[in-house]
Amino acid sequence: MLRILSFMIVLLALALPGRAQARDITIDLTDPIVSITTGFTGTDLLLYGAVKQAGDLVVVIRGPARDEVVRRKEKVLGIWVNRDELVFDKVPSYYRIASNRPLNEFMNPTDADRLQIGLDNLDLRAKVSGKLLPEAPYEFREGLIRNLQRIGLYMTKPDNVVFLSEQLFRTRLRFPANVSVGTFTIEVYLFRDNKLQSTATTLLTVRKFGVEAQVYDLAHRYSLAYGVLAVIIAVVAGWAANAAFRKG
Amino acid sequence: MPIAEMSVNVPLILAVGAGVGLLSGLFGVGGGFLMTPLLFFIGIPSAVAVATGASLIVAASISGVLAHWKRGNVDFRMGSFLLVGGVFGSSLGVWLFTVLREQGHIDLVIRVSYVVFLAIIGGLMLVESARSMMRRKKNQSRRSHIHTWLHGLPFKVRFRRSRLYISALPPLAVGLFVGLLAGIMGVGGGFVMVPAMIYVLGMPTAVVVGTSLFQIIFVSANVTILQSATNQTVDILLALILLFGGVLGAQLGARIGAKMQGEQLRGLLALIVLGVCVKLTYDLVLPPADLFSIAEVARY
Repeated sequence: MLRILSFMIVLLALALPGRAQARDITIDLTDPIVSITTGFTGTDLLLYGAVKQAGDLVVVIRGPARDEVVRRKEKVLGIWVNRDELVFDKVPSYYRIASNRPLNEFMNPTDADRLQIGLDNLDLRAKVSGKLLPEAPYEFREGLIRNLQRIGLYMTKPDNVVFLSEQLFRTRLRFPANVSVGTFTIEVYLFRDNKLQSTATTLLTVRKFGVEAQVYDLAHRYSLAYGVLAVIIAVVAGWAANAAFRKG
Repeated sequence: MPIAEMSVNVPLILAVGAGVGLLSGLFGVGGGFLMTPLLFFIGIPSAVAVATGASLIVAASISGVLAHWKRGNVDFRMGSFLLVGGVFGSSLGVWLFTVLREQGHIDLVIRVSYVVFLAIIGGLMLVESARSMMRRKKNQSRRSHIHTWLHGLPFKVRFRRSRLYISALPPLAVGLFVGLLAGIMGVGGGFVMVPAMIYVLGMPTAVVVGTSLFQIIFVSANVTILQSATNQTVDILLALILLFGGVLGAQLGARIGAKMQGEQLRGLLALIVLGVCVKLTYDLVLPPADLFSIAEVARY
């Protein structure tokens, strides 16, 4: 209901040009919060909005940053063992883009590189003992991206932005079950005549909710108490099982 | 799952719990050494599987020890010596676990440990059950007590219920070793401790199971708490689902087990253990789908 309502408001804003602010891009999400509950299997959100003048759109979604270690296996005495490793600094834990037509048709490579649009343009920096390397070894970088793609956190191909009219657009954002908690940024770039015209940004919060959140929170903040609790639960369960056995 | 950070198929988890419960009811084993590898197979991270496994063993051992306690089959003095060793061993094990985890070798070490131990246990059980099937026909007698260099060690203590007067060092050492396994592998270690108590310490068979369960409760509790405090890898929700399946499975197992012969049962368990071992080995030797793997090291 709320979704439809907010969608209507945007429509209304468009219909009343006098009221609408003179912004090039207006965007909104059907829900600014994704709640991960125990039964969470991923969710879809709708990003919708309007542009003042027709153009081409790119939507870039990034998840909260993580340091990720990438390890390469080698065969040692017949079994596969992790050998070389490299730590990547502040890697977006989620990365997807969407556009209304293929990027190379309206965006020049310099812009794509500067705005880090597309997996090849992602600025992934490796660090060795706290210092950033100028360039990360190619196969480690590819290994990192490939692993994130395999678990569905990085895109394999861009999604579609659909224009409903010259001004009105929407795109579906997919968040898988293993999505990280934290703040996601959603950037929308408007191109006209192969040039960047304007941008809009909005934030999305992914958080754990309910039992899921409480358990996670307890385990990380009061980990000792959590361990004791786990033991108490186990003792009670074991005793209960024994009691049930005797009766049966 | 809140800690494993993955969505799991609840019926599948229940089935794994029930399956291992069935085996433990059927064969009278703790089942930790089968539970943890099965959790690997369904994709639970090794670290979570080990730590959560430890909490399950606490529950299973409690329910087992109560029965033995009533029959007076727990040697608390012997149990305490095993326990002191066990607490040190398991703390060392969890520390080692944490270091290996940071270096990215923990998966490998856990899996290789499982391959080695499952191969040994499965092999021994198979030989033993084959032998006893033959022995039933011949009806041989066995030596009851063997004197070894172990009996020459100092710090002798009298263990009344076990009818032993031996040095305190071997029980401490056995406890230490089993504790180490518990810390790294998330097992109770009954499968190592029981034979060690019979053949190394020379304890009477009647008190062996109850006493080992007594030790396992506290050592596993120690592992659960330490794993939680240092690695935050105990998933209570996962444990509860497994436990529920396990209780149902164990009931069923005990009923079926009562109708089968001991040697056949042990032979069957040996084959299952070896099967799991072969699968684990296969996974280690097979070239991985991707040579590169990733792990999160810091959040912002």
